[in-house]
Amino acid sequence: MKIELLYFGRPAEKLRTACESINAPDELATLAELLAWLRLRGEIWAHELADSRVRCAINQEFSDFSARIHAHDEIAIFSPISGG
Amino acid sequence: MRVLIQQQDFDLAAELAGLRAGNTGIGALVSFVGLVRDFSGDAPIENITLEHYPGMSEKALDNIIGEASARWHLLGARVIHRVGKLLPGDQIVLVATAAAHRGEAFAACEFIIDYLKTDAPFWKREQTRDDAHWLGTRDSDTRRAQHWRNQK
Repeated sequence: MKIELLYFGRPAEKLRTACESINAPDELATLAELLAWLRLRGEIWAHELADSRVRCAINQEFSDFSARIHAHDEIAIFSPISGG
Repeated sequence: MRVLIQQQDFDLAAELAGLRAGNTGIGALVSFVGLVRDFSGDAPIENITLEHYPGMSEKALDNIIGEASARWHLLGARVIHRVGKLLPGDQIVLVATAAAHRGEAFAACEFIIDYLKTDAPFWKREQTRDDAHWLGTRDSDTRRAQHWRNQK
């Protein structure tokens, strides 16, 4: 399934990635599974995308790791927010 | 537009004048301005960089103002959040509210800045002389937002 990934904050800097279009395995059903799959890319991905370090949004709504993902979703991965 | 995200600075007096213009039913204007502090723990800050999630950040701020308008009778509200590289002393954010009476304007202004801290996708990176780090959500900010949620 095709997914648009966006990165903000710490993971964007550390992974040197702001956005990417990926073709993810269809069997990935949730954000937790997507993150686990992305962590397989290597040590720095495993470190930076640890559940304790990131938060996510699906189609611009904050979402828990248990949220379901679908083809053509816009999924953002970021460090905890700190505005104002 | 009640929400603006921009790199350039804002003029507080001009924003407040714009907010009250043409409505003499407004009896109270309240504003909050967040500034870049020059220290973090013991280390002096050289600059900060603010990043946001274009599209979602505007929507989130608009939703927060909508929620405030549902709780209090507001006659106007404005949020300006700056992004990019800022220096100590620079203005970061403006929250301004207008109402007939001060109680509603004060409460709504505090509500909006408290919710902004936990519900709007912005990120701050602090640069000290030796180190740079991304700030996380403060526990005290999470507690303040929770306090409002409990009062629903």
